[in-house]
Amino acid sequence: MANIMIRKNEKGYSFYMPKRDIEDSIVSMEFDTPEKWGGEIKLGNGGAYYIEPQTAPARLPYSVRARRIDGVE
Amino acid sequence: MAALTREETEALIQEVLEVYPEKAKKDRAKHLMINDKELESSKKCITSNRKSLPGVMTMRGCAYAGSKGVVWGPIKDVISISHGPIGCGQYSRAGRRNYYVGTTGIDSFCEMNFTSDFQEKDIVFGGDKKLAKLINEIEGLFPLNKGISIQSECPVGLIGDDIEAVAKKAAKELNKPVVPVRCEGFRGVSQSLGHHIANDSVRDWIISNRDGQAFEKTPYDVAILGDYNVGGDAWASRVLLEEMGLRVVAQWSGDGTLAEMENTPFVKLNLLHCYRSMNYISRHMEEKYGIPWLEYNFFGPTKIKESLRKIASYFDDSIKEGAERVIAKYTPMMEAVIAKYKPRLQGKKVMLYVGGLRPRHVVGAYEDLGMEVVGAGYEFAHNDDYDRTIKEMGDATLIYDDVTGYEFEEFVKAMKPDLIGSGIKEKYVFHKMGVPFRQLHSWDYSGPYHGCDGFAVFAKDMDLTLNNPCWNMMQPPWQEKPAKSLLKDPLLKAA
Ligand code: SF4
Repeated sequence: MANIMIRKNEKGYSFYMPKRDIEDSIVSMEFDTPEKWGGEIKLGNGGAYYIEPQTAPARLPYSVRARRIDGVE
Repeated sequence: MAALTREETEALIQEVLEVYPEKAKKDRAKHLMINDKELESSKKCITSNRKSLPGVMTMRGCAYAGSKGVVWGPIKDVISISHGPIGCGQYSRAGRRNYYVGTTGIDSFCEMNFTSDFQEKDIVFGGDKKLAKLINEIEGLFPLNKGISIQSECPVGLIGDDIEAVAKKAAKELNKPVVPVRCEGFRGVSQSLGHHIANDSVRDWIISNRDGQAFEKTPYDVAILGDYNVGGDAWASRVLLEEMGLRVVAQWSGDGTLAEMENTPFVKLNLLHCYRSMNYISRHMEEKYGIPWLEYNFFGPTKIKESLRKIASYFDDSIKEGAERVIAKYTPMMEAVIAKYKPRLQGKKVMLYVGGLRPRHVVGAYEDLGMEVVGAGYEFAHNDDYDRTIKEMGDATLIYDDVTGYEFEEFVKAMKPDLIGSGIKEKYVFHKMGVPFRQLHSWDYSGPYHGCDGFAVFAKDMDLTLNNPCWNMMQPPWQEKPAKSLLKDPLLKAA
Protein backbone atom coordinates (compact mmCIF):
# COMPACT_ATOMS: atom_id res chain seq x y z
CA MET A 1 0.00 0.00 0.00
CA ALA A 2 1.23 3.41 -0.82
CA ASN A 3 -0.08 6.92 -0.82
CA ILE A 4 -0.85 8.27 -4.22
CA MET A 5 -2.29 11.53 -5.42
CA ILE A 6 -4.80 11.68 -8.24
CA ARG A 7 -5.19 14.91 -10.10
CA LYS A 8 -6.82 16.03 -13.28
CA ASN A 9 -5.03 17.67 -16.17
CA GLU A 10 -5.96 18.44 -19.77
CA LYS A 11 -5.57 14.81 -20.71
CA GLY A 12 -7.62 13.30 -17.91
CA TYR A 13 -6.59 11.77 -14.62
CA SER A 14 -2.95 11.70 -13.65
CA PHE A 15 -1.16 9.68 -11.06
CA TYR A 16 1.51 10.81 -8.65
CA MET A 17 3.31 8.84 -6.00
CA PRO A 18 5.19 11.19 -3.65
CA LYS A 19 7.25 8.48 -2.02
CA ARG A 20 8.95 7.53 -5.26
CA ASP A 21 8.31 10.68 -7.24
CA ILE A 22 6.55 8.90 -10.01
CA GLU A 23 4.25 10.92 -12.19
CA ASP A 24 2.24 9.28 -14.92
CA SER A 25 -1.00 9.44 -16.81
CA ILE A 26 -3.91 7.20 -15.89
CA VAL A 27 -5.14 5.49 -19.01
CA SER A 28 -8.10 3.77 -17.43
CA MET A 29 -9.98 3.67 -14.17
CA GLU A 30 -12.35 0.82 -13.42
CA PHE A 31 -15.11 2.90 -11.79
CA ASP A 32 -15.59 6.54 -12.57
CA THR A 33 -19.02 7.65 -11.45
CA PRO A 34 -19.92 9.96 -8.57
CA GLU A 35 -21.19 7.01 -6.46
CA LYS A 36 -18.48 4.53 -7.23
CA TRP A 37 -14.99 5.65 -8.01
CA GLY A 38 -11.65 3.88 -8.06
CA GLY A 39 -10.97 0.20 -8.51
CA GLU A 40 -8.19 -0.87 -10.79
CA ILE A 41 -6.29 1.93 -12.45
CA LYS A 42 -3.91 1.45 -15.35
CA LEU A 43 -0.98 3.78 -15.88
CA GLY A 44 0.69 5.05 -19.00
CA ASN A 45 3.87 3.20 -18.10
CA GLY A 46 2.04 -0.14 -18.00
CA GLY A 47 1.73 -0.33 -14.22
CA ALA A 48 -1.55 -1.03 -12.46
CA TYR A 49 -2.83 -0.05 -9.01
CA TYR A 50 -5.96 -0.72 -7.04
CA ILE A 51 -7.92 1.88 -5.11
CA GLU A 52 -10.67 0.67 -2.80
CA PRO A 53 -13.87 1.72 -4.66
CA GLN A 54 -15.50 4.69 -2.93
CA THR A 55 -17.63 7.72 -3.67
CA ALA A 56 -15.86 10.13 -5.97
CA PRO A 57 -13.82 12.80 -4.16
CA ALA A 58 -15.46 16.20 -4.02
CA ARG A 59 -12.31 17.88 -5.22
CA LEU A 60 -9.16 16.91 -7.02
CA PRO A 61 -6.26 16.47 -6.44
CA TYR A 62 -7.01 13.79 -3.93
CA SER A 63 -4.64 11.63 -1.92
CA VAL A 64 -5.62 8.05 -1.39
CA ARG A 65 -4.06 4.72 -0.44
CA ALA A 66 -3.51 2.35 -3.30
CA ARG A 67 -2.19 -1.14 -3.74
CA ARG A 68 0.19 -2.06 -6.49
CA ILE A 69 -1.15 -4.83 -8.66
CA ASP A 70 1.37 -5.00 -11.35
CA GLY A 71 4.21 -3.59 -13.25
CA VAL A 72 6.77 -0.93 -13.50
CA GLU A 73 7.47 0.38 -10.03
CA MET B 1 18.52 19.38 -37.78
CA ALA B 2 20.62 17.56 -35.28
CA ALA B 3 24.40 17.56 -35.35
CA LEU B 4 24.43 13.89 -36.26
CA THR B 5 21.91 11.56 -37.81
CA ARG B 6 20.09 9.03 -35.71
CA GLU B 7 22.40 6.25 -36.87
CA GLU B 8 25.51 8.28 -36.20
CA THR B 9 24.31 9.15 -32.73
CA GLU B 10 23.54 5.52 -32.07
CA ALA B 11 27.02 4.55 -33.21
CA LEU B 12 28.53 7.25 -31.04
CA ILE B 13 26.77 5.97 -27.94
CA GLN B 14 27.97 2.44 -28.67
CA GLU B 15 31.50 3.63 -29.22
CA VAL B 16 31.58 5.63 -26.01
CA LEU B 17 30.15 2.79 -23.96
CA GLU B 18 32.71 0.39 -25.39
CA VAL B 19 35.34 1.10 -22.73
CA TYR B 20 33.12 0.13 -19.79
CA PRO B 21 33.07 -3.34 -18.29
CA GLU B 22 30.03 -5.36 -19.34
CA LYS B 23 27.88 -4.59 -16.32
CA ALA B 24 28.64 -0.89 -16.28
CA LYS B 25 27.99 -0.71 -19.99
CA LYS B 26 24.57 -2.21 -19.57
CA ASP B 27 23.74 0.19 -16.79
CA ARG B 28 24.95 3.33 -18.53
CA ALA B 29 23.27 2.42 -21.80
CA LYS B 30 19.93 2.86 -20.05
CA HIS B 31 20.76 6.47 -19.24
CA LEU B 32 21.45 7.56 -22.80
CA MET B 33 18.86 8.10 -25.48
CA ILE B 34 18.32 9.59 -28.87
CA ASN B 35 15.40 11.94 -28.90
CA ASP B 36 12.24 11.14 -30.75
CA LYS B 37 9.65 13.89 -30.52
CA GLU B 38 6.87 11.45 -31.21
CA LEU B 39 7.38 9.67 -27.91
CA GLU B 40 4.68 10.18 -25.33
CA SER B 41 6.70 8.96 -22.39
CA SER B 42 10.42 8.77 -21.81
CA LYS B 43 10.07 5.75 -19.59
CA LYS B 44 11.05 3.12 -22.12
CA CYS B 45 14.01 5.05 -23.49
CA ILE B 46 15.77 6.51 -20.52
CA THR B 47 16.28 5.56 -16.93
CA SER B 48 16.78 8.33 -14.40
CA ASN B 49 17.00 9.06 -10.70
CA ARG B 50 19.11 5.98 -10.04
CA LYS B 51 22.23 5.61 -7.98
CA SER B 52 25.33 6.70 -9.88
CA LEU B 53 27.66 3.97 -10.99
CA PRO B 54 30.54 3.44 -8.56
CA GLY B 55 33.85 4.37 -10.10
CA VAL B 56 32.65 6.91 -12.62
CA MET B 57 32.87 10.66 -12.29
CA THR B 58 29.39 11.92 -11.55
CA MET B 59 28.52 15.58 -11.19
CA ARG B 60 25.71 15.21 -8.71
CA GLY B 61 25.36 16.83 -5.32
CA CYS B 62 23.85 15.53 -2.10
CA ALA B 63 20.49 15.87 -0.37
CA TYR B 64 21.91 18.52 1.94
CA ALA B 65 22.90 20.55 -1.12
CA GLY B 66 19.35 20.23 -2.43
CA SER B 67 17.77 21.36 0.79
CA LYS B 68 20.16 23.93 2.22
CA GLY B 69 21.70 25.12 -1.02
CA VAL B 70 18.60 25.25 -3.16
CA VAL B 71 15.36 25.48 -1.26
CA TRP B 72 16.04 26.80 2.25
CA GLY B 73 19.23 28.80 1.77
CA PRO B 74 17.80 31.67 -0.28
CA ILE B 75 15.02 32.54 2.22
CA LYS B 76 16.64 35.70 3.41
CA ASP B 77 15.27 36.21 6.89
CA VAL B 78 15.58 32.59 7.96
CA ILE B 79 18.87 31.42 9.37
CA SER B 80 19.74 27.99 8.04
CA ILE B 81 22.14 26.16 10.29
CA SER B 82 24.44 23.67 8.59
CA HIS B 83 24.32 21.15 11.38
CA GLY B 84 27.40 18.96 11.37
CA PRO B 85 31.03 19.47 10.34
CA ILE B 86 31.98 22.83 8.96
CA GLY B 87 32.93 21.93 5.39
CA CYS B 88 29.52 21.20 3.87
CA GLY B 89 28.29 24.70 4.63
CA GLN B 90 31.48 26.60 4.07
CA TYR B 91 32.27 25.19 0.64
CA SER B 92 28.76 25.81 -0.59
CA ARG B 93 28.38 29.22 1.00
CA ALA B 94 26.83 31.85 -1.28
CA GLY B 95 27.98 29.90 -4.32
CA ARG B 96 24.61 30.07 -5.97
CA ARG B 97 24.40 33.84 -6.02
CA ASN B 98 20.83 34.07 -4.79
CA TYR B 99 20.51 37.84 -4.72
CA TYR B 100 18.46 39.59 -2.08
CA VAL B 101 17.66 43.02 -0.74
CA GLY B 102 18.56 43.48 2.88
CA THR B 103 21.49 44.02 5.16
CA THR B 104 23.48 40.88 5.60
CA GLY B 105 23.98 40.00 9.23
CA ILE B 106 21.19 42.30 10.38
CA ASP B 107 17.95 41.21 8.75
CA SER B 108 19.18 38.95 5.95
CA PHE B 109 21.44 35.98 6.27
CA CYS B 110 21.82 34.11 2.98
CA GLU B 111 25.48 34.81 2.45
CA MET B 112 26.55 33.82 5.91
CA ASN B 113 27.51 30.38 7.08
CA PHE B 114 25.98 29.19 10.33
CA THR B 115 27.28 25.85 11.45
CA SER B 116 27.58 23.74 14.55
CA ASP B 117 31.12 22.82 13.46
CA PHE B 118 31.05 19.23 14.70
CA GLN B 119 34.17 17.93 16.39
CA GLU B 120 35.02 14.41 17.45
CA LYS B 121 33.40 14.85 20.84
CA ASP B 122 30.12 15.86 19.25
CA ILE B 123 30.12 12.67 17.26
CA VAL B 124 30.87 10.64 20.37
CA PHE B 125 28.54 12.37 22.81
CA GLY B 126 25.93 13.73 20.40
CA GLY B 127 25.43 17.29 19.19
CA ASP B 128 22.01 18.14 20.54
CA LYS B 129 23.26 20.28 23.41
CA LYS B 130 25.53 22.16 21.10
CA LEU B 131 22.65 22.75 18.73
CA ALA B 132 20.45 24.16 21.47
CA LYS B 133 23.27 26.45 22.55
CA LEU B 134 23.89 27.53 18.98
CA ILE B 135 20.25 28.44 18.50
CA ASN B 136 20.36 30.60 21.61
CA GLU B 137 23.52 32.29 20.43
CA ILE B 138 21.92 33.02 17.08
CA GLU B 139 18.94 34.56 18.78
CA GLY B 140 21.21 36.76 20.86
CA LEU B 141 23.44 37.89 18.03
CA PHE B 142 20.87 38.13 15.23
CA PRO B 143 17.56 38.97 16.88
CA LEU B 144 15.96 40.07 13.62
CA ASN B 145 15.88 36.57 12.19
CA LYS B 146 12.34 35.39 11.56
CA GLY B 147 13.00 31.71 11.94
CA ILE B 148 15.67 29.06 11.99
CA SER B 149 16.09 25.90 10.00
CA ILE B 150 18.36 23.05 10.98
CA GLN B 151 19.91 21.40 7.95
CA SER B 152 21.37 18.06 8.93
CA GLU B 153 24.60 16.95 7.41
CA CYS B 154 25.59 13.30 7.14
CA PRO B 155 27.01 12.66 10.64
CA VAL B 156 23.87 13.93 12.37
CA GLY B 157 21.83 11.16 10.78
CA LEU B 158 24.52 8.60 11.42
CA ILE B 159 24.74 9.21 15.15
CA GLY B 160 20.98 9.54 15.46
CA ASP B 161 20.68 12.96 17.10
CA ASP B 162 17.16 14.06 17.94
CA ILE B 163 17.10 17.44 16.27
CA GLU B 164 13.31 17.44 16.19
CA ALA B 165 13.18 17.57 19.98
CA VAL B 166 15.70 20.42 20.09
CA ALA B 167 13.75 22.28 17.42
CA LYS B 168 10.43 21.92 19.18
CA LYS B 169 11.83 23.13 22.46
CA ALA B 170 13.62 26.07 20.85
CA ALA B 171 10.55 27.04 18.83
CA LYS B 172 8.55 27.29 22.02
CA GLU B 173 11.20 29.31 23.80
CA LEU B 174 11.82 31.71 20.94
CA ASN B 175 8.26 31.80 19.71
CA LYS B 176 9.39 31.49 16.09
CA PRO B 177 9.49 28.61 13.66
CA VAL B 178 12.48 26.36 14.17
CA VAL B 179 12.43 23.72 11.48
CA PRO B 180 14.40 20.49 11.65
CA VAL B 181 15.26 19.26 8.16
CA ARG B 182 16.42 15.68 7.82
CA CYS B 183 18.41 16.26 4.65
CA GLU B 184 21.53 14.24 5.44
CA GLY B 185 23.65 14.00 2.34
CA PHE B 186 23.46 10.23 2.11
CA ARG B 187 19.70 10.23 1.58
CA GLY B 188 18.64 9.50 -1.98
CA VAL B 189 20.78 9.38 -5.06
CA SER B 190 21.26 13.08 -5.68
CA GLN B 191 20.26 16.55 -4.53
CA SER B 192 16.78 15.80 -5.81
CA LEU B 193 15.67 14.04 -2.66
CA GLY B 194 16.93 17.06 -0.73
CA HIS B 195 14.44 19.25 -2.59
CA HIS B 196 11.70 16.84 -1.70
CA ILE B 197 12.69 16.70 1.98
CA ALA B 198 12.92 20.48 2.10
CA ASN B 199 9.48 20.81 0.52
CA ASP B 200 8.07 18.36 3.01
CA SER B 201 9.57 20.29 5.91
CA VAL B 202 8.04 23.51 4.59
CA ARG B 203 4.73 21.65 4.32
CA ASP B 204 4.94 20.36 7.88
CA TRP B 205 6.35 23.38 9.66
CA ILE B 206 5.62 26.52 7.67
CA ILE B 207 2.82 26.44 5.17
CA SER B 208 -0.13 26.22 7.54
CA ASN B 209 1.20 28.74 10.09
CA ARG B 210 -1.30 31.41 9.10
CA ASP B 211 -4.30 29.27 8.33
CA GLY B 212 -7.46 31.03 9.39
CA GLN B 213 -5.78 34.40 9.84
CA ALA B 214 -6.96 37.52 8.07
CA PHE B 215 -5.28 38.37 4.81
CA GLU B 216 -6.05 41.25 2.48
CA LYS B 217 -6.65 39.29 -0.73
CA THR B 218 -7.04 40.47 -4.31
CA PRO B 219 -8.27 38.35 -7.21
CA TYR B 220 -4.86 38.75 -8.82
CA ASP B 221 -2.59 37.21 -6.22
CA VAL B 222 0.09 34.83 -7.44
CA ALA B 223 3.25 33.31 -6.01
CA ILE B 224 6.47 32.63 -7.87
CA LEU B 225 7.68 29.16 -6.99
CA GLY B 226 11.00 27.63 -7.89
CA ASP B 227 12.81 30.82 -8.79
CA TYR B 228 15.93 31.25 -6.71
CA ASN B 229 16.83 34.71 -7.91
CA VAL B 230 20.16 33.59 -9.28
CA GLY B 231 21.77 36.80 -10.45
CA GLY B 232 18.41 38.56 -10.03
CA ASP B 233 16.25 36.16 -12.07
CA ALA B 234 13.17 36.43 -9.90
CA TRP B 235 13.22 40.21 -10.07
CA ALA B 236 13.32 40.14 -13.86
CA SER B 237 10.36 37.75 -13.81
CA ARG B 238 8.43 39.62 -11.19
CA VAL B 239 8.35 42.93 -13.09
CA LEU B 240 6.63 41.25 -16.02
CA LEU B 241 3.96 39.72 -13.81
CA GLU B 242 3.38 42.97 -11.99
CA GLU B 243 3.20 44.94 -15.20
CA MET B 244 0.44 42.71 -16.47
CA GLY B 245 -1.56 43.49 -13.35
CA LEU B 246 -0.84 40.57 -11.05
CA ARG B 247 0.18 40.91 -7.45
CA VAL B 248 3.17 38.78 -6.54
CA VAL B 249 2.63 37.76 -2.94
CA ALA B 250 5.61 35.50 -2.52
CA GLN B 251 8.90 34.55 -4.05
CA TRP B 252 10.04 31.01 -3.33
CA SER B 253 12.67 31.25 -2.37
CA GLY B 254 15.07 33.70 -4.00
CA ASP B 255 14.81 37.04 -2.17
CA GLY B 256 11.87 35.51 -0.33
CA THR B 257 10.91 35.84 3.29
CA LEU B 258 9.27 33.55 5.77
CA ALA B 259 6.17 35.76 5.87
CA GLU B 260 5.80 35.46 2.10
CA MET B 261 5.91 31.70 2.33
CA GLU B 262 3.35 31.65 5.11
CA ASN B 263 1.06 33.85 3.03
CA THR B 264 1.27 31.70 -0.07
CA PRO B 265 -1.82 29.60 0.76
CA PHE B 266 -3.88 32.76 0.15
CA VAL B 267 -2.91 33.17 -3.50
CA LYS B 268 -5.02 32.36 -6.56
CA LEU B 269 -2.37 30.66 -8.63
CA ASN B 270 1.06 29.23 -8.02
CA LEU B 271 3.52 29.89 -10.81
CA LEU B 272 6.12 27.18 -10.94
CA HIS B 273 9.39 27.80 -12.69
CA CYS B 274 11.59 25.00 -11.45
CA TYR B 275 9.28 22.03 -11.52
CA ARG B 276 11.84 19.60 -10.15
CA SER B 277 12.54 21.38 -6.89
CA MET B 278 9.10 22.70 -5.96
CA ASN B 279 6.43 20.56 -7.55
CA TYR B 280 6.00 18.82 -4.21
CA ILE B 281 4.79 21.85 -2.32
CA SER B 282 2.71 22.97 -5.31
CA ARG B 283 0.92 19.64 -5.32
CA HIS B 284 0.36 19.93 -1.60
CA MET B 285 -1.12 23.41 -1.86
CA GLU B 286 -3.27 22.27 -4.75
CA GLU B 287 -4.76 19.50 -2.67
CA LYS B 288 -5.03 21.29 0.63
CA TYR B 289 -5.92 24.82 -0.45
CA GLY B 290 -7.22 24.23 -3.97
CA ILE B 291 -4.59 26.48 -5.54
CA PRO B 292 -3.82 25.41 -9.09
CA TRP B 293 -0.24 25.51 -10.26
CA LEU B 294 1.17 26.26 -13.62
CA GLU B 295 4.58 25.58 -15.05
CA TYR B 296 5.96 28.50 -17.00
CA ASN B 297 9.17 29.37 -18.75
CA PHE B 298 10.68 32.85 -18.81
CA PHE B 299 13.72 32.11 -20.97
CA GLY B 300 13.69 33.85 -24.35
CA PRO B 301 10.91 35.84 -26.05
CA THR B 302 9.03 32.92 -27.60
CA LYS B 303 8.59 31.12 -24.32
CA ILE B 304 7.95 34.33 -22.38
CA LYS B 305 5.10 35.25 -24.69
CA GLU B 306 3.67 31.78 -24.51
CA SER B 307 3.92 31.73 -20.73
CA LEU B 308 2.46 35.20 -20.21
CA ARG B 309 -0.59 34.21 -22.23
CA LYS B 310 -0.90 30.92 -20.41
CA ILE B 311 -0.73 32.67 -17.05
CA ALA B 312 -3.26 35.28 -18.16
CA SER B 313 -5.69 32.57 -19.21
CA TYR B 314 -6.29 31.88 -15.51
CA PHE B 315 -7.56 35.42 -14.94
CA ASP B 316 -10.11 37.86 -16.28
CA ASP B 317 -9.85 40.12 -19.32
CA SER B 318 -7.97 42.90 -17.58
CA ILE B 319 -5.05 40.52 -17.02
CA LYS B 320 -5.32 39.11 -20.52
CA GLU B 321 -5.09 42.65 -21.87
CA GLY B 322 -2.26 43.26 -19.45
CA ALA B 323 -0.36 40.33 -20.88
CA GLU B 324 -0.79 41.64 -24.41
CA ARG B 325 0.32 45.08 -23.28
CA VAL B 326 3.45 43.66 -21.71
CA ILE B 327 4.19 41.62 -24.81
CA ALA B 328 3.69 44.64 -27.04
CA LYS B 329 5.89 46.77 -24.84
CA TYR B 330 8.82 44.36 -24.74
CA THR B 331 8.65 42.91 -28.23
CA PRO B 332 10.61 45.76 -29.86
CA MET B 333 13.31 45.46 -27.22
CA MET B 334 13.59 41.72 -27.67
CA GLU B 335 13.59 42.07 -31.43
CA ALA B 336 16.44 44.52 -31.16
CA VAL B 337 18.37 41.98 -29.08
CA ILE B 338 17.73 39.29 -31.64
CA ALA B 339 18.64 41.58 -34.53
CA LYS B 340 21.93 42.36 -32.88
CA TYR B 341 23.00 38.91 -31.76
CA LYS B 342 21.32 36.43 -34.07
CA PRO B 343 23.67 37.13 -36.98
CA ARG B 344 26.61 36.41 -34.69
CA LEU B 345 25.17 33.25 -33.18
CA GLN B 346 23.08 31.77 -35.97
CA GLY B 347 23.57 28.08 -36.62
CA LYS B 348 25.81 27.49 -33.60
CA LYS B 349 25.37 24.23 -31.76
CA VAL B 350 24.99 23.95 -28.02
CA MET B 351 25.30 21.07 -25.60
CA LEU B 352 23.83 21.36 -22.13
CA TYR B 353 24.24 19.46 -18.93
CA VAL B 354 22.66 21.19 -15.99
CA GLY B 355 20.22 20.63 -13.16
CA GLY B 356 16.54 20.93 -12.54
CA LEU B 357 14.87 22.87 -15.32
CA ARG B 358 17.46 24.48 -17.50
CA PRO B 359 18.25 21.75 -20.01
CA ARG B 360 14.73 22.07 -21.34
CA HIS B 361 13.83 25.62 -20.38
CA VAL B 362 16.70 27.37 -22.15
CA VAL B 363 16.20 25.51 -25.44
CA GLY B 364 13.67 28.14 -26.57
CA ALA B 365 16.01 31.00 -25.75
CA TYR B 366 18.79 29.46 -27.80
CA GLU B 367 16.42 28.86 -30.67
CA ASP B 368 15.32 32.48 -30.55
CA LEU B 369 18.94 33.35 -31.21
CA GLY B 370 19.14 30.93 -34.11
CA MET B 371 21.16 28.42 -32.15
CA GLU B 372 20.45 24.77 -31.81
CA VAL B 373 20.67 22.50 -28.78
CA VAL B 374 22.11 19.21 -29.99
CA GLY B 375 22.52 17.47 -26.67
CA ALA B 376 21.01 17.92 -23.23
CA GLY B 377 21.06 16.14 -19.95
CA TYR B 378 20.26 16.47 -16.28
CA GLU B 379 22.20 15.68 -13.17
CA PHE B 380 19.21 14.63 -11.12
CA ALA B 381 16.06 14.66 -13.22
CA HIS B 382 13.27 12.14 -12.96
CA ASN B 383 11.27 10.62 -15.76
CA ASP B 384 8.66 13.36 -15.66
CA ASP B 385 11.44 15.83 -16.50
CA TYR B 386 12.48 13.78 -19.49
CA ASP B 387 8.86 13.53 -20.61
CA ARG B 388 8.87 17.30 -20.75
CA THR B 389 12.29 17.48 -22.39
CA ILE B 390 11.46 15.20 -25.31
CA LYS B 391 8.98 17.78 -26.57
CA GLU B 392 11.45 20.66 -26.43
CA MET B 393 14.42 19.02 -28.08
CA GLY B 394 14.88 18.36 -31.77
CA ASP B 395 14.64 14.92 -33.28
CA ALA B 396 17.70 12.69 -33.10
CA THR B 397 19.41 14.90 -30.54
CA LEU B 398 21.29 13.22 -27.76
CA ILE B 399 19.87 13.05 -24.24
CA TYR B 400 22.00 11.89 -21.34
CA ASP B 401 21.09 11.30 -17.72
CA ASP B 402 23.67 11.67 -14.92
CA VAL B 403 26.35 11.72 -17.60
CA THR B 404 29.82 10.72 -16.47
CA GLY B 405 32.84 12.93 -16.95
CA TYR B 406 34.26 10.55 -19.50
CA GLU B 407 31.06 10.23 -21.53
CA PHE B 408 30.53 13.96 -21.65
CA GLU B 409 34.03 14.59 -22.95
CA GLU B 410 33.69 11.92 -25.59
CA PHE B 411 30.33 13.24 -26.73
CA VAL B 412 31.76 16.70 -27.03
CA LYS B 413 34.74 15.47 -29.02
CA ALA B 414 32.44 13.73 -31.47
CA MET B 415 29.63 16.24 -31.72
CA LYS B 416 31.85 19.31 -31.70
CA PRO B 417 29.37 21.79 -30.26
CA ASP B 418 30.20 25.48 -30.53
CA LEU B 419 29.17 26.09 -26.94
CA ILE B 420 28.70 24.05 -23.80
CA GLY B 421 26.52 25.06 -20.89
CA SER B 422 27.16 23.17 -17.69
CA GLY B 423 28.60 23.53 -14.21
CA ILE B 424 31.80 24.73 -12.66
CA LYS B 425 33.24 21.23 -12.40
CA GLU B 426 33.03 20.81 -16.14
CA LYS B 427 34.03 24.34 -17.08
CA TYR B 428 37.80 24.16 -17.06
CA VAL B 429 37.96 20.73 -18.63
CA PHE B 430 36.21 22.09 -21.68
CA HIS B 431 38.11 25.37 -21.62
CA LYS B 432 41.27 23.36 -21.89
CA MET B 433 39.79 21.43 -24.78
CA GLY B 434 39.23 24.77 -26.47
CA VAL B 435 35.45 24.75 -26.39
CA PRO B 436 33.56 27.91 -25.40
CA PHE B 437 31.73 27.29 -22.15
CA ARG B 438 29.12 29.01 -19.99
CA GLN B 439 28.51 27.97 -16.44
CA LEU B 440 24.74 27.61 -16.43
CA HIS B 441 24.12 26.97 -12.73
CA SER B 442 24.83 30.45 -11.48
CA TRP B 443 25.03 32.10 -14.90
CA ASP B 444 28.82 32.34 -14.77
CA TYR B 445 28.73 35.32 -12.41
CA SER B 446 26.31 37.13 -14.70
CA GLY B 447 22.53 37.24 -14.94
CA PRO B 448 19.66 37.64 -14.69
CA TYR B 449 18.67 35.37 -17.58
CA HIS B 450 14.93 35.19 -16.87
CA GLY B 451 12.43 37.60 -18.33
CA CYS B 452 12.91 40.23 -21.01
CA ASP B 453 15.74 42.04 -19.27
CA GLY B 454 17.36 38.71 -18.68
CA PHE B 455 17.18 37.71 -22.32
CA ALA B 456 19.29 40.71 -23.30
CA VAL B 457 21.95 39.65 -20.81
CA PHE B 458 21.70 36.04 -21.94
CA ALA B 459 22.20 36.92 -25.60
CA LYS B 460 25.13 39.19 -24.84
CA ASP B 461 26.80 36.59 -22.65
CA MET B 462 26.46 33.88 -25.26
CA ASP B 463 27.97 36.16 -27.86
CA LEU B 464 30.82 37.24 -25.58
CA THR B 465 31.67 33.63 -24.86
CA LEU B 466 31.25 32.16 -28.30
CA ASN B 467 32.85 34.90 -30.32
CA ASN B 468 35.64 35.61 -27.92
CA PRO B 469 38.86 35.86 -29.94
CA CYS B 470 40.71 33.81 -27.34
CA TRP B 471 39.36 30.56 -28.81
CA ASN B 472 41.48 31.12 -31.89
CA MET B 473 44.60 31.31 -29.81
CA MET B 474 44.39 28.00 -28.10
CA GLN B 475 47.34 26.53 -29.95
CA PRO B 476 50.59 27.03 -28.07
CA PRO B 477 53.33 28.82 -30.06
CA TRP B 478 55.64 25.82 -30.19
CA GLN B 479 53.17 23.79 -32.17
CA GLU B 480 53.48 23.79 -35.91
CA LYS B 481 50.71 25.96 -37.24
CA PRO B 482 51.02 29.46 -35.84
CA ALA B 483 47.97 30.64 -33.98
CA LYS B 484 45.65 32.82 -35.97
CA SER B 485 46.77 36.37 -35.69
CA LEU B 486 44.54 38.62 -33.68
CA LEU B 487 44.54 41.22 -36.41
CA LYS B 488 43.03 38.79 -38.87
CA ASP B 489 40.11 38.17 -36.59
CA PRO B 490 37.08 39.58 -38.37
CA LEU B 491 35.47 40.55 -35.10
CA LEU B 492 38.31 42.74 -34.03
CA LYS B 493 38.71 44.29 -37.43
CA ALA B 494 35.11 45.31 -37.38
CA ALA B 495 35.56 46.94 -34.00
S1 SF4 C 1 27.28 14.30 1.41
FE1 SF4 C 1 27.15 14.68 3.63
S2 SF4 C 1 29.22 15.31 4.22
FE2 SF4 C 1 29.07 15.53 1.99
S3 SF4 C 1 28.45 17.69 1.65
FE3 SF4 C 1 26.58 16.41 1.71
S4 SF4 C 1 25.93 16.55 3.85
FE4 SF4 C 1 28.07 17.18 3.82
